[in-house]
Amino acid sequence: MVEVALLGSLSAAAGGKKTLDIEAKDIRELFRKLAEQYPGLEPLIERGIAVSIDGVIYRDTWSKELPEGAEIYLLPRIAGG
Amino acid sequence: MSGVAVTTTINGDEVEFICQPDETLLDVLRDRLGLTGSKEGCGTGDCGACSVIIDDRLVCSCLVLGAEAAGRKIETIEGMANGDKLHVLQTKFIEHAALQCGVCTPGFLIAAKDLLAKNPNPTEEEIRFGLAGNLCRCTGYDKIVRAVQDAARVMKGA
Amino acid sequence: MGFDASYTGQKFKSVGTRPLRPDGVDKVTGRARYGADFNMPGQLVGRILRSPHAHAKIKKIDTSKAEKLKGVKAVITAADLPDLTDGDAGMYDVLDNCMARKKALYDGHAVAAVAAIDAPTARAALKLIKVDYEVLPHVTDVDEAVKPGGPLLHKTVFTGGVDPKPKKPSNVANRSQYGHGDVEAGFKAADVIIERTYRTEQTHQGYIEPHACVASVNSDGTGELWVCTQGHFVYRQHCAQLLGMDVSKLRVTSSEIGGGFGGKTHVWAEPVALALSRKAGRPVKLVMTRDEVFRASGPTSATSIDIRIGARKDGTITAAEATLRYSCGPYAGMWAELGAMTSFACYDLKNVKSVGYEVLVNRPKVAAYRAPSAPMAAFAVESAIDELAHKIGMDAVKFRIKNAAKEGTKSSYGPVYGPIGIGPTLEAAQKHPHMKAPLGKNQGRGMACGFWFNFGGQTCTDLNIGVDGTVNLAVGTVDVGGSRASLSLVAAEELGIAYEQVKAVVADTATLGYNDMTDGSRGTFSSSMATIFAARNAIKVMRERAAKMWDISVDDVVWEDGHAKAKGKKHGNLAPLSVKEIAAAAPNTGGPIAGHNEIVADGAGVSFATHICDVEVDPQTGSTRVVRYTVVQDAGKAVHPTYVEGQYQGGAAQGIGWALNEEYIYGKDGRLQNAGFLDYRIPVCSDLPMIDTQILEIPNPNHPYGVRGVGETSIVPPLAAIANAVSNAVAVRMTHIPMSPPRILAALEAEKA
Repeated sequence: MVEVALLGSLSAAAGGKKTLDIEAKDIRELFRKLAEQYPGLEPLIERGIAVSIDGVIYRDTWSKELPEGAEIYLLPRIAGG
Repeated sequence: MSGVAVTTTINGDEVEFICQPDETLLDVLRDRLGLTGSKEGCGTGDCGACSVIIDDRLVCSCLVLGAEAAGRKIETIEGMANGDKLHVLQTKFIEHAALQCGVCTPGFLIAAKDLLAKNPNPTEEEIRFGLAGNLCRCTGYDKIVRAVQDAARVMKGA
Repeated sequence: MGFDASYTGQKFKSVGTRPLRPDGVDKVTGRARYGADFNMPGQLVGRILRSPHAHAKIKKIDTSKAEKLKGVKAVITAADLPDLTDGDAGMYDVLDNCMARKKALYDGHAVAAVAAIDAPTARAALKLIKVDYEVLPHVTDVDEAVKPGGPLLHKTVFTGGVDPKPKKPSNVANRSQYGHGDVEAGFKAADVIIERTYRTEQTHQGYIEPHACVASVNSDGTGELWVCTQGHFVYRQHCAQLLGMDVSKLRVTSSEIGGGFGGKTHVWAEPVALALSRKAGRPVKLVMTRDEVFRASGPTSATSIDIRIGARKDGTITAAEATLRYSCGPYAGMWAELGAMTSFACYDLKNVKSVGYEVLVNRPKVAAYRAPSAPMAAFAVESAIDELAHKIGMDAVKFRIKNAAKEGTKSSYGPVYGPIGIGPTLEAAQKHPHMKAPLGKNQGRGMACGFWFNFGGQTCTDLNIGVDGTVNLAVGTVDVGGSRASLSLVAAEELGIAYEQVKAVVADTATLGYNDMTDGSRGTFSSSMATIFAARNAIKVMRERAAKMWDISVDDVVWEDGHAKAKGKKHGNLAPLSVKEIAAAAPNTGGPIAGHNEIVADGAGVSFATHICDVEVDPQTGSTRVVRYTVVQDAGKAVHPTYVEGQYQGGAAQGIGWALNEEYIYGKDGRLQNAGFLDYRIPVCSDLPMIDTQILEIPNPNHPYGVRGVGETSIVPPLAAIANAVSNAVAVRMTHIPMSPPRILAALEAEKA
């Protein structure tokens, strides 16, 4: 069980919730479960969500494990210029 | 035949072409003569990327008609090196990293060549104002000025 | 291949040196080929017809006369670009932006296009296209657009992120909120509060090379595209999707690029060129004019930002709040959300709240400009921070150091920071000689911090070793500023050979796997990581070949100083084998030697910078001269320090132009008034001083060499640093960017009154 924090448009898409408890061992499983449990998040997951694990942001590494007790944040998929 | 026949000299070679009366020299160089070193950044004489030298005068080739080249002596970036020997300015631009994307570089080199021909010992301010007709968006001009300063030093000493 | 990306702290032989770039000679001789320097046999000239109205329904387009004009080979409208976006709203917006489907949404919006045998014919054909417009009321100002009762861009837009969902449509596409703690309680605990509203006008990346491409589509569904782009793989994907082509059948070659800065991460005219070529059955060359670049590519947001910050007398910030309105053009993006995320990222705050509103206006579709959305938010926040420090009587730098984020700080956008560089950049700035230089009459000094995310992304590289031992490195990240030199240094470092023996090229989409674009400061970061791992794979192969040549176990072969060495006493008499020797024997030891790597580079980390600026303001004309400028930024590890300096200087120069002169000026008619370099005034050589740079190297723990991205962060602090400098010089707080002479004079007048 991991506690996932979210803000901004992601929080709004999850009905305003700021934290979610999800059973997931890696980012891929996390996204799958999120899409199932919070359909509002599905279009955003499809467009791309970044995951911050203990302050390091991962955009595409879906096999990245979610360590027990890690601080996990969902962020919009930011692009640069 | 509605075109204008033009005979001119480009980088020391005699060249003949036919162009439309309203065609710019820049378009002639790039589209008819295959000399794509001069660039179109704006088409209105504001950016200097199309700089060439006509009869020892620095101009924006987008503001000159192809027909006006008749009987004149034109120097473009393609003629700046002497065979396989780069001009000092070209060497210094590479050494000082005075280019990032490089699209403004031909225009700057032509403008700098003209500047140093007329003022072989310019101050930093004179270099900056002398090159104010060429826009660069990548470098902030710092390394360009240093390259020109270094080239001037070498060219004086030679 | 599972290589560890962790920082190793190794000593470098090649990385960190300053050799000459490999593409330098081509660029100084005019031989390098950019987007418009390429031609295909039989090519036609493409031109686009654009709406002269800021907002209008397209009732009918009659192309019959244009089609009949001698020399015209194809005319297209949106009808020739069927909607294949399959519910992808983002791609639909791209499609509609490339060619308006129902409404023209801004002055310059493409409505039709022609391909003809030459430019005069194409221009004449455009004049023969009859478009029946029903002009609608327009709105171009970010503050006007949010007012109820005004013109609406889309009647179907109801502000997202608001609960309950609004009953009425509006131009506010989205609301997003970030922060933590209790700001109201924080403000109650403050001794001093600063509250102001700031505005920044729309600017353009201003790359000197206009968008240009040559497109060729064959009747069998294959196609080629030569184009200046920051991401040829992304362009391929988007163009293929919009045109209904197989991705693998569209070969995109990236030309040299004459500047991008985020503006060439998006397709504008390329799908149109492909559609024209498909219809005409011939290649089509489509080059945008400078006027079109300003009117119809992707400028930044214009913004309107309310800031409230409170602090105790001892300098501790107790609460910080920002409300940010960012214009996005006719289609929603996440520009306001990015502004909300980055606003207070430099600081360690207990109580912080930022709310972003994405505002639709009848202006071109916004694209990223270096660090998108961050400079405007930094301008507002850093201006307020400066004012707050003054009011408390604390030095501007000391105040920031006291409140700076550090490892373990909960960021204002959520996650807790790992090791970060803001403290070091502030301390370095504090100690820099610039801070002690005396100021003259009418001069003022300002400083500011900036923050930006950096990215990794999908990356692959191919490293092939030639039979003479020299190395070809094929990468997929477009070289915007000298990365081929940096990547060659990395390959040379890993292999243990000389820099001159490596030749790096940017491969096309058919000859290399997918690569994300060169954006997010990721070019060197990601491709260097992939290059390191590709080199290590090649080394594995070379060790195996050496083992074969020596007829020993590969476990007894090590790689050192560019040579395979047999370790252990029993192999003592075996002379080391160089790359050249192993390569020469390759035909008989197993064939060509190569190392490949496909990775998702992640963990790029965040980046901080501090800028210091001295200006002199003429009180009679309001004209500002930048007297001195210093950039202090953390690069993690500067692979090629000269090109890192170049990024710092370039970003600073763009920020200076943005702060002092650049803005999009729209008339009451909704049309862009200054779509050229004469009246959209970017800095010229005589406007700027030398720009001093200080590269800090706090290693990124998630890269083997500690590399961080550097390209974007340098545009974040300048707006604020210069605003603080000007405000100090004239003793009036400036709140509207750009601080052009008329604005400064108006501020001085208002102060006198």
